Amino acid sequence: MKKVAIVGYAQHPILKNAGALNEVELIMPVVHQLFNDLGISQKDIDFTCSGSCDYLQGAAFAFVEGLSAIQTHPPIKESHVEMDAAWAMYESMLKIQMGDAETALIYGFGKSSPGDLDAIISLQMDPYYISPLWPDRVSLAALQARVLLDQNIITPEQMLATVIEARANSKNNKNALITDLIDESNYLNNAMVSSPLNQLDCPPISDGSSAMIIASEEKAYEFTDHPIWIEGIDHRIESSNLGSRNLATSKTLQASMNQLNFKNIKFDVAELHTQFSHELPFLKSLLNLQDIPVNLSGGPLVGNVMMCAGLDAIGKTYEALKENQFTHGLAHATSGPCLQHNMLVHLEAQK
Amino acid sequence: MIQAGVIGVGQTKYDAKRRDVSMAGLVREAIDNAMLAADLEWDAIDAVILGKAPDMFEGVIMPELYLADAIGAVGKPVLRVHTAGSVGGSTAVIAASHVCSGQFKTVLTVTFEKQSESNATWALSPRYPYSPHINAGAGGYFAPFIREYIRRYEAPEHIGWKVAVKDRQNALKNPLAHLHIPGIDEKMVSDTPMLWEPLRYLESCPSSDGACAMVITAQDQVGSRNVAWIKGMAVRSEGTLSAGRDEVNPQAGIDCAKDIYNQAGIQNPFNEIDCAEIYVPFSWYEPMWLENLGFCDLGEGWKLTDKDATAIDGELPFNMSGGVLSSNPIGASGMIRFGEAALQVMGLAEDHQVEDAKVAMGHAYGGAAQFFAMWIVSSSLD
Repeated sequence: MKKVAIVGYAQHPILKNAGALNEVELIMPVVHQLFNDLGISQKDIDFTCSGSCDYLQGAAFAFVEGLSAIQTHPPIKESHVEMDAAWAMYESMLKIQMGDAETALIYGFGKSSPGDLDAIISLQMDPYYISPLWPDRVSLAALQARVLLDQNIITPEQMLATVIEARANSKNNKNALITDLIDESNYLNNAMVSSPLNQLDCPPISDGSSAMIIASEEKAYEFTDHPIWIEGIDHRIESSNLGSRNLATSKTLQASMNQLNFKNIKFDVAELHTQFSHELPFLKSLLNLQDIPVNLSGGPLVGNVMMCAGLDAIGKTYEALKENQFTHGLAHATSGPCLQHNMLVHLEAQK
Repeated sequence: MIQAGVIGVGQTKYDAKRRDVSMAGLVREAIDNAMLAADLEWDAIDAVILGKAPDMFEGVIMPELYLADAIGAVGKPVLRVHTAGSVGGSTAVIAASHVCSGQFKTVLTVTFEKQSESNATWALSPRYPYSPHINAGAGGYFAPFIREYIRRYEAPEHIGWKVAVKDRQNALKNPLAHLHIPGIDEKMVSDTPMLWEPLRYLESCPSSDGACAMVITAQDQVGSRNVAWIKGMAVRSEGTLSAGRDEVNPQAGIDCAKDIYNQAGIQNPFNEIDCAEIYVPFSWYEPMWLENLGFCDLGEGWKLTDKDATAIDGELPFNMSGGVLSSNPIGASGMIRFGEAALQVMGLAEDHQVEDAKVAMGHAYGGAAQFFAMWIVSSSLD
C-alpha cells in the first residue's frame, strides 16, 4: 500500500459570526498560509478536494463559489464531497494511493451563523417520517446522552468534567472561539436545552475554514523532514433508523478498531469530533483512551465549524504529534445524528 | 495501477414524477438492477459511493445519512460526492478510484435525483448573500455561450432542432427514457416556444426522477463476467470567472479529454471511439462538445451533426440512449452517460446497441460549463 503523509495544516480563527466574509474570504487565508509555510503554489498540487454543505450557505452551489479561492487557470483536478472535509482528505488519499496524484490540497468551510442550524440539521433525517417533526440536533444528541446515562456508561460528573476541561484546554488552541473558564456552579446553573444537555454541553455556533496538504512518500520528504504518516484509516456508517440502533455502543466503531488493529497500538494522544459533552467520555471508554490526553485543543466544545470539525480533529492530532514527543495519534471524525457515521485515523510520527 | 471494470449497470425507469417510490425506493430500484446484472451478493460490496446534485433539489441534507440502509451501506464506508451537474460522472470516477487505490475490491456506486420533490430552476437560481440575484436557471445561463458559438462559426439554426430530434428518436429505442415523442421532427421542435434564445422548449432537457447504479470491481474479482474495462478516467475543473476563460470551449474540457485519450492510448478519437454518451442538456451542446472533446476542428462540429455523423448508424454515434435531452435526473445524468457507455461495450444496450461497439466514451459536465468528468470503457483489457 502506498504511504501517504500529512505535511501541512492550517485553521482559520473560529468566529462567532463571520458577517460579510464570504467563502472565498474564509478559504483564501488558510490555503495561502499553507502555501507560504511550504513555499509552494497551486501548481504544486495534483488534486484538490473540498468539503462543505450548501444548506449552511443557503445556496445550491456554495462549493462552486468556494472554488474561486484557489487558482484554477490552468484547470485543475478537483472534486467536492458534501460531507465534513475529513472525507475530502479520504478521497484525496485514495487518489494518491492509485497513483493519480502525488500531492493533494484539502479544504473545508462552514458558516453556521447566518441560518438556523437546528432547523437545517433536522433535514438530515428521513424526509417522509422524521424530518417533518423538525428534530433538532441537540434533541437528537440528547437521546443518546440519556441512553448512556441511564445505562451508567457515562456519568453526569464526566459530562461536567468534559466541559470544564474543554474550556481549560482552549488555552492550547489559538483559534478557539470559546476561551472563558467555568466552574461547577456555572455549569449547574445553566438552563437545559434538551434534557440532559444544557447550553454548556453543546458546541457553539461557529464560522470558519481549514486546509490541509497531504503527499505521497516520495513527495512528503520534499516538504518536510518529519511527515506525519496516515498509518491507518477506516470509516463506516450506521443505520439511519435511530430505533434500530443500539445507541449505547457503536458496532461500526468497533469494526473500525478491529480493522485498524487497535489491540496492537498504544496511542499517545487523540482528538475526537465529539460535539456534545456526553460523547467524549462515551468514546474515550469505547476506544480505550482513558489514560491519554484527549482533545488537548479543547475540541468542538470550544469551536465547532460545521464541515471542518472532523478535518480539524485530524489536523489537531497532526499538530500534537509534530509539536510533542508523541508517536501514535488517533483522530476521529463524525457525521449524522448520534454518531451515525464515524471515521478513525491512526497517525504516526517517525522519531 | 490496478485495472478496474464495470460488471453491472442498473437504472430506473425515468419519469417526470415517480410517485410510486420514495427517494429510498428510487435508489434501491437502480441498485437492485445493478446487483442483479453483476450477479453479486451484498457481502461482496466493500464500499458505497453516492452522488447527487444539490441537496436543495429534494430538501434532504447529506442524504447518505438517510439512505444508508436503502443503499446497503450500513456497516460499510460511504462517500457522498457533489460536483454540480458533472456529479454522476465524477462519482463514477471516485468509485473506480476506490478500486484502483487497492483499498477496495468491489464497490457499489449510485446517483439519483428526484426532481419532483422540489423545483430545479428555483434551486439552480440561488440568492447568494451579498451578491446580485441571477434568476437564470441552467438554460438561461448556457444560452449566451450557445449564441456565441453560433456567432463564431455561423452555424445555421436548424442544427439545434436536428439534435433535439435525433436524441428523441433514439429515446424511442430505450424503454427507460423519460421522453417518448413519436413522430418528432424538426417542424415540431421549431414550433415550440422559445425559452432562452436560441433554445426552444423541445431543445431543452426535461426534469426527471431517476437513479443509476454501477458495480465496479478489480481485475482479479471479475471471474467470467461480462466487463466494461475502464481504460481512462479523469476530472477537471476551472473557476466560474477565471480571467482568460473561454466558456464556449472550456480548457478544462479539452484537458480532461486529452487526459483520458492518453490513458487509453487513443490518437484519433473520431476514428478510434465507436460511440459516445455525451452530456447534452441543451441541443447545441452536441456540436460544441464535438469540438471541445477533439472529435473535430473548431467550427466543424455543427457540420458533423448536420451530415448525421452522430446518428445511431453514423460514424460516431452520440447519445444512443436518448441522452440528457430525453431523461434528466440531474445528479444521475452523468452516471447514466458512463453506464450507457459501459452497456454499449458489454453489448447489453438492446435496441439502442451500436453494432460492434468496442470502445465507448462517457462524459459529464456541470456548473457554468466548468466541471468535467469523463471515461473511456472498452470490451477488452488490451
